[in-house]
Amino acid sequence: MTLLEIPIGGKARLIKTSEGLRSKLRQYGLHIGDCIQVLRAAPLGGPLLVEVNGREVALGREVAAKMLVELECASR
Amino acid sequence: MRIALIGQPNCGKSTLFNQVAGYKAETGNFSGTTVAFTESRVRVSGQVLDLTDLPGAYTLELGSPAEMEAAKYLDSRNVDVIVNVADATHLAASLDLTFELLALKKPLVLALNMMDEVSRLGLRIDGEGLSRELGVPVLPLVASKGRGVRGIFLKALEVGTKKTFPPTSEPLSASVRHARSAETAQKYVTQGERRMTLRDRLDDVLLHPLWGYAILMLVLYLFFQTVYGIGKWTEPPLLKLFDFLIQWALTPFVAESLLSGLVLGVMQGISAGVAIVLPYLLPFLLGLGLLEDIGYLPRVAFLMDALMHRIGLHGKAIVPFILGYGCNVPAVMSTRTLEEPRDRYLAAALATLVPCAARLAVVFGLVAFYMGPAAAMGMFLFNIFVIALVGRILSNLMPEDTPGLILEMPPYRVPTVKNVFSKAWFRVREFVVEAWPVLIAGSAVLALLNYFDVAVYINLLVRPLTWSLGLPSEVGVPLIFGILRKELSLIMLGQALGSSDFDNVLSNVQMVTYAAFVMFYLPCLATLSVLRRELGTRPMLHISALTVAVAMLSGLLVRGLFFLFGAG
Repeated sequence: MTLLEIPIGGKARLIKTSEGLRSKLRQYGLHIGDCIQVLRAAPLGGPLLVEVNGREVALGREVAAKMLVELECASR
Repeated sequence: MRIALIGQPNCGKSTLFNQVAGYKAETGNFSGTTVAFTESRVRVSGQVLDLTDLPGAYTLELGSPAEMEAAKYLDSRNVDVIVNVADATHLAASLDLTFELLALKKPLVLALNMMDEVSRLGLRIDGEGLSRELGVPVLPLVASKGRGVRGIFLKALEVGTKKTFPPTSEPLSASVRHARSAETAQKYVTQGERRMTLRDRLDDVLLHPLWGYAILMLVLYLFFQTVYGIGKWTEPPLLKLFDFLIQWALTPFVAESLLSGLVLGVMQGISAGVAIVLPYLLPFLLGLGLLEDIGYLPRVAFLMDALMHRIGLHGKAIVPFILGYGCNVPAVMSTRTLEEPRDRYLAAALATLVPCAARLAVVFGLVAFYMGPAAAMGMFLFNIFVIALVGRILSNLMPEDTPGLILEMPPYRVPTVKNVFSKAWFRVREFVVEAWPVLIAGSAVLALLNYFDVAVYINLLVRPLTWSLGLPSEVGVPLIFGILRKELSLIMLGQALGSSDFDNVLSNVQMVTYAAFVMFYLPCLATLSVLRRELGTRPMLHISALTVAVAMLSGLLVRGLFFLFGAG
């Protein structure tokens, strides 16, 4: 499943993205294996606001759609 | 050696356990995931350790089956070291268990977990002080990231081998222990700024699907009101001052001579720079810096991302558009924040179509003044429509290869005066260095043209354009000279037509057509020079050609609409 399918408030672990996106995400402190919590979503197809490693990052829907996640996400 | 992990529910013991033992314990962000204990044999720096993950327990007394299980296990002899995992964000509650464990008189290591969360909450924990007070090693841990894991097991190994026992302490009654934990926590935890809660509350409103947009509108409205207010208030005295200075500078020269014309041109160029920089640009940049430092701009990007997608850009590109309504120069400069060259080009091209304060003055002075505010509003909406349309067309021509919006949402901060001013100064300096000389040189050239009385030729040169737009040939000069200073377009129009009572010399359709054309055609010289520096000469020329084409089509469209509906 992709990050887009995670409901607001839900958590998921990032397992796969495209190569180009991976390095891009890394710049924002987002790595494969990280636990991502979806905090908010902007209306009308707007971006998601997620929290990862204590940071909040806005991800456009087209970005979130390219992020494969799994639901198993360890508690802290 | 046997090490037992114990901690209160949801403190992250199991995460720590999994970090060393592989994924064996069930974890989840809710209490009591671990009901039975899990054991594993792990190797830490050559030593084989038996690791036990005990069920979460708030206390060792009474309590749930899970807590009893934990107490029973710890009581057994074969536990050599206890690793007490504590949720550092709730230290007072966590220490409750720690004090109980101290009374067990077994080697103990206190692991403060979720230290990342602690700093996020603005808390600071004096681990050393806590360690001295409790008489046991205290180590930081971010179990979820595996940070500090090794340190904890090495320490556990050390105290286990040396058999370092905690200082003898009496078993305390529950209430005393509770008070003691609260007291200790208070002593070693300092509360910094509580970023998260305030931030979340702010974001609940500012990023709200409805209120967020309402507030955004309000913020932008106030922003523009303030900037234009300052501009309106500071511009006239500045212009007066320059009128005086120009008169003074011209006195040594023979009137109407080439030299006096040149001096006039240079002075006007200097004045143009000052008249743009001080009244409008500086307040704009200060305001923008303020919004930026507060942390509001990323929120704007978040809110506007969906809309910006319609024109082939994403949320971050909203800033050039906002700035464009003040002055296109900082607007083009701000495209630098976009990562992809394609996005920068597209945003810069579209931002130059946004009517700046000077061009809005033409719309207000002609359309609003003579035809009413509704007509001006119509022009405004027409402008947005055209920008959206051009955006769509351009983005179709330049397929997107960007991943889209990825933007860190920083915490809100109180901006510092120094920061805001130095940022504004830095940007003003760019304008002064890059655009101002161009303005002055251009002004001098125009003065020369004026001296040689080329108005007739200019009008002739642009006659095809003015003719097809149905405008009198005299508007050629204000159009060409307007490239230098858009805010003078209206004054020059009056001079060219020989009357500032435009009602008498222009028909309604001509006024609207002129305003529509001015709204889009060639950005001013200052903007052109910034475009060239930010994007290069060719893109600058492309964008210039684009703006002329858009202006031409808009003018024709307006004229055609008037013709069709017979309003002209």
